[in-house]
Amino acid sequence: MEKPQTPSRLTRLWDPLFKGTTAVLAYLVLALLVAICLSLLREGWDAFKTFGWHFLVSKAWDPANNKFGALIPIYGTLISSLIAVVIAVPVSLGIAVFITELAPRWLRQPVAAAIELLAAIPSIIFGMWGLFAFAPWFSNYEPWISDHFGSIPGIGVLFRGPPFGIGMLTAGIILAIMIIPFIAAIMREVFLLTPPLLRESAYGVGATTWEVVRNVVLPYTRTAVAGGIFLGLGRALGETMAVTFVIGNAHSVSASLLNPGYSIAAALANEFTEAFSPLYKSSLIALGFILFVITFIILVLAKLLLLKLERAQGETA
Amino acid sequence: MDLRYLRRRATNVFNLGMAVLTTLLGLFWLFWILFTTARYGYHSLNLRLFTLDTPPPGAAGGLRNAFVGSLMMIGVGIVAGTPAGILAGTYLAEFAGRKRIGEIVRFFNDILLSAPSIVIGLFVYSVVVAPMGNFSGLAGGLSLAIVLLPVVVRTTDEMLRLVPSTMREAAMALGAPYWRVVLQITYRAARSGILTGVLLGVARISGETAPLLFTALNNQFWSTNLARPMANVPVTIFQFAMSPYQGWQRLAWAGALVATLAVLGLSIFSRFLIRQRNN
Repeated sequence: MEKPQTPSRLTRLWDPLFKGTTAVLAYLVLALLVAICLSLLREGWDAFKTFGWHFLVSKAWDPANNKFGALIPIYGTLISSLIAVVIAVPVSLGIAVFITELAPRWLRQPVAAAIELLAAIPSIIFGMWGLFAFAPWFSNYEPWISDHFGSIPGIGVLFRGPPFGIGMLTAGIILAIMIIPFIAAIMREVFLLTPPLLRESAYGVGATTWEVVRNVVLPYTRTAVAGGIFLGLGRALGETMAVTFVIGNAHSVSASLLNPGYSIAAALANEFTEAFSPLYKSSLIALGFILFVITFIILVLAKLLLLKLERAQGETA
Repeated sequence: MDLRYLRRRATNVFNLGMAVLTTLLGLFWLFWILFTTARYGYHSLNLRLFTLDTPPPGAAGGLRNAFVGSLMMIGVGIVAGTPAGILAGTYLAEFAGRKRIGEIVRFFNDILLSAPSIVIGLFVYSVVVAPMGNFSGLAGGLSLAIVLLPVVVRTTDEMLRLVPSTMREAAMALGAPYWRVVLQITYRAARSGILTGVLLGVARISGETAPLLFTALNNQFWSTNLARPMANVPVTIFQFAMSPYQGWQRLAWAGALVATLAVLGLSIFSRFLIRQRNN
């Protein structure tokens, strides 16, 4: 009988070498995130040191006199993204309900794929469409919004403004269109995870389709749906090109959503290559750091919420 | 019939009606955007678009230098991002399994996947462009690689985990070392899935504008030197669309149409690949 060949020392080296290489590259992903964070902090340090915490609450943005504050871009980033989420959540819910509960089987895949194609369109195309097609059309209706919502006590001030077509509300609507595919895809996936037994019992006691969604599917998938919404919010916060085209790029805070505004990403896209002084550049990178930190927190929350349902699934399976 | 029953029925019909309407709304936006791009872009879609370089305002021209620059930078992105992504994904699927470190890398890979791309541009600016002293096509390609990397890591990980472990065990029982099992068995089994991931990633970086703004910048002239600022389609579209010159705006729309068609084509093709695989 032939003795089994034992691998020579050299060939035995290949396995740890292969494993080591893949491990190093996997850690590279972590290293990249840390490096991004640290390099932005380092380059933006000048601004944080010069202005202290005033940088976060100051409205100033005066390159000629080297005075910078982040309040206006932060405000614009948060408000435009919030508008986007407020619009995108009900629409995504509708799309997910349609695909999972209503559509005949042959229609599900094509509709889901078409909605996902919306996510594949480059953001600069959204921007051009927003500026040249959506904004002119929307400006026809802004006087109507002003007239009808502007007089509501309390929130009316949000809707009183000039009919430019571009501004915070337009940016929010376009961001909403961009994040709908992400939120709808997650809602659709998790809705399908609802145990058929729960769903069927509800139908068995005479619930309508809507009542099944409202009282069975949504409560079961609650955390993952919230995760999907946060994921959409994270995407909206960092969106650059589309917002740069339509937000108006005005360095001012205004209560009205119809007025032009500014966002962190738009400020970077417009001003970074033209920043003439080191402090100017550093302030812009500091803005980038703030954006990174905000989106990082939102995305971590999103992932944690999404993992929760996954874990629960793993336990029952 | 009692009133309560009617109200429940009415709520049901109303809400489901809204679901149909919102779906139509989503599809409506898709078609409106595609229609606008096609309508404005179609006029300037001719051979000169691919044979002439970007013109000064008022002159005739095309986007040849921008197309070539974009292709070169996407090439750099693929060359730098794909092997690293596939190997990192291999670690997650083959070696880390359900270990804690694997979960951590997966978690943060997904964060990197959704991180704002403009921040990645800033990062590459501070670690490549600023030390080198000038904007360059190489820096642009590297920032695209960072956008591509997490997409490839994720799909590779998912696709390798779908390969049945009996396949690996069969190969190992024949005495193959693990690295050969991975290279010759699991990679082969997951090939089309991994390719799909790469294609989806390439579709994504093809339209990315924000990471190129401060890395490749742009170049009005013909240049294939990766160490210099490089023309590219997205940034050219951005500059031309925002300009007051009609000729430039027309070129921007033509570029937008070509970019959209390329990106949608890639996404549809990779979807088709997945479908094939699943059948």
